Amino acid sequence: MPVDMELEMVLRPPQIPMPPYPPKMITLANGKIMVIRQAVREDVPAILKSVHPCLFIERDYYDIVSARLYGELLAWYRYRVKSEYCLMGQVDGYLVGIVNGRLENEKVGMSYHTLAIDRGLRIGSHLFAAKMEYHLDFMGQDEILIVAESPIGFRRWMVEYPLEATKIPHELGGGDSYRLTREIYLKAKPRLVVGDRPVPQELMDEAMADIKFADDDTIRERIAGLKGR
Amino acid sequence: MRDVAIIGAGMIPFGRRDEDTLMDMLAYASLKALDDAGLGDKSVDAVYVANMGGGMLQRQTAIASSLVDRLSLLPAAAETIENGPASGASAVKNGLLAIASGYYDTVLVVGGEKMREVTGWRATDFVATMTHPQAEYPYGITLPGMAGMFTRLYMEKYGVTREHLLAISLKNQAMGALNPFAHVEMTLDREGIFDSPHAVVNNPVSADPLHLYDLCPVSDGAAALVLCTVEIAKKIGKPYVVIAGFGQATDTHTLAEREDPTDLKAVTLAAQKAFAMAKLKPSDINVAELHDAFTILEIAESEHVGFFKKGEGGKAAVAGKTRLGGQIPINVSGGLKARGHPVGGTGVAQIVDIVWQLRHELPENRQVKNAEIGLTVNFGGFGNNVLCFILRRVQP
Repeated sequence: MPVDMELEMVLRPPQIPMPPYPPKMITLANGKIMVIRQAVREDVPAILKSVHPCLFIERDYYDIVSARLYGELLAWYRYRVKSEYCLMGQVDGYLVGIVNGRLENEKVGMSYHTLAIDRGLRIGSHLFAAKMEYHLDFMGQDEILIVAESPIGFRRWMVEYPLEATKIPHELGGGDSYRLTREIYLKAKPRLVVGDRPVPQELMDEAMADIKFADDDTIRERIAGLKGR
Repeated sequence: MRDVAIIGAGMIPFGRRDEDTLMDMLAYASLKALDDAGLGDKSVDAVYVANMGGGMLQRQTAIASSLVDRLSLLPAAAETIENGPASGASAVKNGLLAIASGYYDTVLVVGGEKMREVTGWRATDFVATMTHPQAEYPYGITLPGMAGMFTRLYMEKYGVTREHLLAISLKNQAMGALNPFAHVEMTLDREGIFDSPHAVVNNPVSADPLHLYDLCPVSDGAAALVLCTVEIAKKIGKPYVVIAGFGQATDTHTLAEREDPTDLKAVTLAAQKAFAMAKLKPSDINVAELHDAFTILEIAESEHVGFFKKGEGGKAAVAGKTRLGGQIPINVSGGLKARGHPVGGTGVAQIVDIVWQLRHELPENRQVKNAEIGLTVNFGGFGNNVLCFILRRVQP
């Protein structure tokens, strides 16, 4: 598609500089090691392949979370969103979860979505915690605005941390934002934020190689299979 | 009393079954058991349905009356049995007594529960309604809370450690990973849930000192059995199982009223009655399904039933004595811990698993070699209503 770069520069929102998220590794309940690293823009087409099968899963609001995440990542890829980032979890090189968010300004973060592609291992909790860690520990922000679209999200974020209710609108629409302040984060951090750094080079090499994906049926089975984990 | 045989056993995979109603699940499990029994077009004389929460969770009562019609088993007698998490074994007991008395010849017993259509909080509250309505429930006690307190006392009195609890969790999840009927078909790793500092997130405290993986999941599921006279079983011509003994006992409703809250008297008494009726002793048992809603319960029940002395159950688990191939394999199915715990269905599912073991039908990696005699313990309330069954294989 031809791009008029002069017009394009008008359409592209300005970006707030973000330091890189230092990758970390977490031992999951099944003994597997999950590497959490920051995605780069060029990873987006590959990530979207894993998000796509989730668009059609009603269970636990995967459809709406996936649809919105798909749009947000596409907006990042096509330069139509301000200051967005994406972190992803990989096990043996396979993509198992995605989180994203953006900076509202230098001090306030806007949490977008958390999508666990494998379930029953608290992958979503670990990735959400990494997102909070990025905003507060590495970008030095003061607070993050958060909403939940599923009961699971509400339990994991609003209840477990616990977050503070506000009357501030969240840009995803729906209910008012909840807020993770630095004070709440520091109290919750010992029980919710874990991970080891640095990640050994061989694990980083595996994660940074071409992202591996489970096939669509496997993804659907993991998320919405008969058993439902 | 006439001897009673089990000629049909069926179960549907436990888990979260959004697509099925409670009645669907009960019907599917029943049809599997009826097919397995090979009674052909013959109906059964009676249907006993074990269910605890239909009235509260699905707003459905008189479940047996509905099921007997759905299964086209009219005009068979039908009753719903509610006895908390021991509803399943209670329903089997009622079927057993009906046949043993000579009143009925064939009985379908099915147990099931649909718990996942409400939030975890509501499911926990629903289960907590079995606690004392004045002395316990209003104060917010839950079954995990009771189990946490029980575990702490057991640790202090008998030296049980988290290592012991961990051994149960790892063993049962390893077996559950091999069981296609299990809710949680996932192996756990010691590093991930215990040794690593990351375990604080992977395996958080649920009810101190119990952690997430010390608790069974909240499950949907159903299981069914067909009971009949031994004369009918003999005519079918394949290996069958007889109920060699059973016992039931009760204890105080509130834990606080027990002289020693770590003493599960109802388990001991129920097992003693079952062993006396079967003319067997604990060392005769080849395989057991114990009610491990919490890992501590497998340890405590293994002692109260008589497999191990008090204080030795945890050590036995760590030593591998309760694994497949060990001295007394316990919860080879994965137990409630991995197979899941649809409360009304559990007591029936335990017997289904033992029937499969005694008929030598399971794959090698789950089959107790040459199993002849099995035992189940279905634990109601927090040990205030307990049933124990002893089953024996019969080769016609």
